[in-house]
Amino acid sequence: MHELSITQSIVDAVCERAAGRPVRAVSVRVGMLTAVVPDSMRFCFDLTTAGTVAEGAALEIEQPPGTARCRACSEDFALADLVLLCPCGSADVEITSGRELQIVSMRVG
Amino acid sequence: MCGTCGCSGGGEGGTGTVGTRIAVPHAHPHDGDHVHPVAIRGTAGGGETITLEQRVLAKNEDLAARNRSWLAEQGIVAVNMMSSPGAGKTTLLERTIRDFAGLRPVAVIEGDQETMLDADRIKRAGSTVVQVNTGAGCHLDAEMMRDALTTLAPVSGSLVLVENVGNLVCPALFDLGERSRVVIISVTEGTDKPLKYPYMFAAADLVIINKIDLLPYVDFDVARCEEYARSVNPALRSLAVSATTGEGMRDWYDWVAGQY
Repeated sequence: MHELSITQSIVDAVCERAAGRPVRAVSVRVGMLTAVVPDSMRFCFDLTTAGTVAEGAALEIEQPPGTARCRACSEDFALADLVLLCPCGSADVEITSGRELQIVSMRVG
Repeated sequence: MCGTCGCSGGGEGGTGTVGTRIAVPHAHPHDGDHVHPVAIRGTAGGGETITLEQRVLAKNEDLAARNRSWLAEQGIVAVNMMSSPGAGKTTLLERTIRDFAGLRPVAVIEGDQETMLDADRIKRAGSTVVQVNTGAGCHLDAEMMRDALTTLAPVSGSLVLVENVGNLVCPALFDLGERSRVVIISVTEGTDKPLKYPYMFAAADLVIINKIDLLPYVDFDVARCEEYARSVNPALRSLAVSATTGEGMRDWYDWVAGQY
């Protein structure tokens, strides 16, 4: 369950930045094409914030959808999974969204 | 876990306006649905919002970058070997170590949740080895890699083979600072593994299809597996080998030589 390590990274970064102030909410961006399951992340967030300044904080998860641009036909299209195939049949595509894994913001005080 | 009462149910809880006291109705599998009065901490206005916009894995990536530059300075090539348990990673490593004897120093970082079993095998094959037991962890990370490299102290020009924890999901997300990533699949697994575990194949530079000596006995389509792997990673190279018989291993050694 890599979500535990990933969520621990989020909590570490947030607590460091909070500098002792209580953290009320944490907002993260987890693209649909990352191998991170939001429900697992929520579960791990409760575990990893226990006893820290972020204990009890709300976790807000934004999930950008998967999108790609085809280099053959120049069309943008939605990617439901990691199978990189444009509707035109070309596999020469560039992922433009869905791989984000970022801490967006937090609310303290 | 329910954020409201801490039970294992999947209820919606803990949402509301900051500074207010609200009732959040939610269903649970335990005795009866109920309503929790929830106190949302904080003052009206929501306190101070701090914009971070930072990568979640920034710390790991920074450490990995340091590992990568140290390895490059030493002329050492590190290859991260990943697979499901039982794909034949350790056997492939043993044969590689024996075939490289006298040609190039090989050092191995062994990642397993528990035991020294693989490290003992690697040592018997003639390589220096460091065992990293991850305990509950399901992958190696850049800090483990740094610590293992410090202990291992590979000589300049070495090939460092990192045998990651047997797992086709988690190791794909953690950069160790390696030169390249190899995913190993065996013909006793399903042809469609690349579609079932796309993140691993998307993150790899090379796929090695192992145990091809067993092809007459199993229902595995090498060409289709390669096709599936390329559907998630068009740049992925592939090799078919048998670490047991040695068939195809020359291609693997040529690929390694090409990493220098």
